[in-house]
Amino acid sequence: MSNAFSLFVIIATLGSLLVFTLLLVLNRKVSNPGQTTGHEYDGIEEYDNPLPAWWFWGFLLSIVFALGYLIYYPGLGNFEGLSGWTSAKQLAQQQAEADERFGPVFAQYRAIPVEELADVPAAMRMGQRLFASSCAPCHGSAGSGTFGFPNLTDHEWQWGQSVDQVQATLLNGRMATMPAWSTVLDAYGIRDVTEYVVQLSGREADAGQAATGQTQFNQFCAACHGMDGKGQPLLGAPDLTNDIWLYGGSREQITDVLRKGRNGRMPGFADRLDEDRIHILNAYVRSLAPQ
Amino acid sequence: MTPNQFSQPVYNYKVVHQFALATVFWGIIGMAVGVLIAAQLAWPVLNFDTPWLSYGRLRPLHTNGVIFAFGGSALMACSLFIVQRTCGARLISDRLASFVFWGWQTIIVLAVITLPMGMTTSKEYAELEWPISILIAVVWVAYAILFFGTIMKRQQKHIYVANWFFSAFIITVAILHIVNNLAIPVTFTKSYSIYAGTVDAMVQWWWGHNAVGFFLTAGFLGIMYYFVPKQAGRPIYSYRLSVVHFWALIAIYVWAGPHHLHYSALPDWTQNLGMAMSLILLAPSWGGMINGIMTLSGAWDKLRTDPILKFLVVSLSFYGMSTFEGPMLSIKSVNALSHMTDWTVGHVHAGALGWVAMISIGATYHLIPLLYGRKPGEMFSIKLIDLHFWLATVGTVLYIVSMWVNGMMQGLMWRAVNDDGTLTYSFIETVIASYPGYVVRFIGGGIFLSGMLVMAWNIWKTWQITREEIASGRLTQQEALA
Repeated sequence: MSNAFSLFVIIATLGSLLVFTLLLVLNRKVSNPGQTTGHEYDGIEEYDNPLPAWWFWGFLLSIVFALGYLIYYPGLGNFEGLSGWTSAKQLAQQQAEADERFGPVFAQYRAIPVEELADVPAAMRMGQRLFASSCAPCHGSAGSGTFGFPNLTDHEWQWGQSVDQVQATLLNGRMATMPAWSTVLDAYGIRDVTEYVVQLSGREADAGQAATGQTQFNQFCAACHGMDGKGQPLLGAPDLTNDIWLYGGSREQITDVLRKGRNGRMPGFADRLDEDRIHILNAYVRSLAPQ
Repeated sequence: MTPNQFSQPVYNYKVVHQFALATVFWGIIGMAVGVLIAAQLAWPVLNFDTPWLSYGRLRPLHTNGVIFAFGGSALMACSLFIVQRTCGARLISDRLASFVFWGWQTIIVLAVITLPMGMTTSKEYAELEWPISILIAVVWVAYAILFFGTIMKRQQKHIYVANWFFSAFIITVAILHIVNNLAIPVTFTKSYSIYAGTVDAMVQWWWGHNAVGFFLTAGFLGIMYYFVPKQAGRPIYSYRLSVVHFWALIAIYVWAGPHHLHYSALPDWTQNLGMAMSLILLAPSWGGMINGIMTLSGAWDKLRTDPILKFLVVSLSFYGMSTFEGPMLSIKSVNALSHMTDWTVGHVHAGALGWVAMISIGATYHLIPLLYGRKPGEMFSIKLIDLHFWLATVGTVLYIVSMWVNGMMQGLMWRAVNDDGTLTYSFIETVIASYPGYVVRFIGGGIFLSGMLVMAWNIWKTWQITREEIASGRLTQQEALA
């Protein structure tokens, strides 16, 4: 904030408080209490009664309080206030207190490898709570996912199920990029590749169209999904040979994905949860999948 | 009041009558939408998987419907009535009055069409897209010319206090509306605000809070300052108090917007300044309540027999309660608990149902017999007004209490932590815990709405008996102006 604007804020604020005070004090006394003012509007008259004393003092008190508050805390433009308080400092201090108090609770499990942590009930209860507040909004409270949000209780893990892979997913997040093919494939191409993908997942498909689609699949899709369509966790490319679908498995839904592409995004939690908590969360998330 | 005072056709009562009926009509529509979306929060299946029936589109329809259609019509009916009566002058132009009425109704109908279609600026209480926004500005300026032109024509030197409040309301809402709606149109139905980020949020809540302050407070205080002394038959308690609290109220309200943005990206100094000013706002707000309630001293016995006066007095009590609650909620540590919870919704409805709706209803019951050339208070059934009063009061109380309980529960559940510092409750658990409150809120809202239907019936019957009396010669056509 520029000094000129700051000065404007200070003058406007203090000036207003002064005007409110004068407005009150100068109107304290009336000339004819209990009498009407002599005005009359459509039969309505007004008494010339004074301001109620408790109201007068209450009003004045609130102005004094506000003045004190604005001197103690920031409020008057660039003036920082006598307390030195800022919301950023308060947050840092409260976070430090929380870390000091709760940090050891999580740190005690850091030494136990993720694979073994699943057998420690206390740690899994913590993992469940972390999951409920951080992960459940998208993946569901049971981790079973929904359209566009992966199910964590099945075998298919888009970005891999190993401890390191899950750790990377939790810390840094993931960005999946399925390109839109409508500019490359014409309507027949999209139809044929759809048939081939249907066939890959073990369902009945038009053999002729699927055969044509396979050629195009090998040319465009296999780079990520593999020649066999089994996917590639390194790239977040899903396995197409089972019947698990993030964006639906009907022909219409597959066609839609081919045409428009998809950009799935898992946010990283490194800023919100420290490594001790993510260590526990890793074990909990992995425990959701069938062992 | 002598009969010929209101039976002489010196005043334009036609536009007052039109707006009074619009008040009841849009009250029923706006509140019915409110009851529907309240039901959707308890039973989400009620959106029928239909986009234009979904909560996100109907909620702005509800808020626009009750604030600008119901509240706006009540304000225009009462202000155009009061300005004529207290200035002793007819509106400057009947055609302009007609333009204001039909212009305002057109805007509301456009809102009813565009909001469910999903056309929205996404700015709260300012959702209507730019062509409608411009139309609002045009009609509002016409309303201002009509109102101030009539003030200029007044028969006496002084301007009555009710008209000060209407003046502040008309001028400030014009400024707020224009500044907040500045936008760059992209298509005929889509525009983008010229403000970005935190500045956008601040401008939005400068508007949002003052829509409350000037539309729903100053404007309705204008209504209070006429109908309370009129209905009670007593002089205003203190002229001096009305001067001080008027200037203090309009000067302080414009500072208080930042309290809607506590703990956001808004700079600390702005948040703190907004909170300090919000606390000062308590006394000027209460000035209006004191002046209204104390005006009744010497006439308390009338409360036993006059349900219209009951509406006015209870509305002042709810006004006092919500203007106390507002400054309390603006305190940052209280706001840390209440913000984003149903407590805010309860607070708003203490004001909206308890204050705005109740005083509008009381004023309308006062107006209707006069507009039909009948004696003051001579509605078809006084008992039905009493029934309406109890429906409105019980409905409001159920609504507010359920939201208080829900809000505090949500705030406490969200901040509850386990021994390890993890959150005790996931968000969905707090939603499940809110379910009983949502059901009670739906019931309360439904009761309040049923009162509006009783009112519509009562007005219809009053109109019917008036017509019969004209036919039988008991009332002359001239007296029955409507």
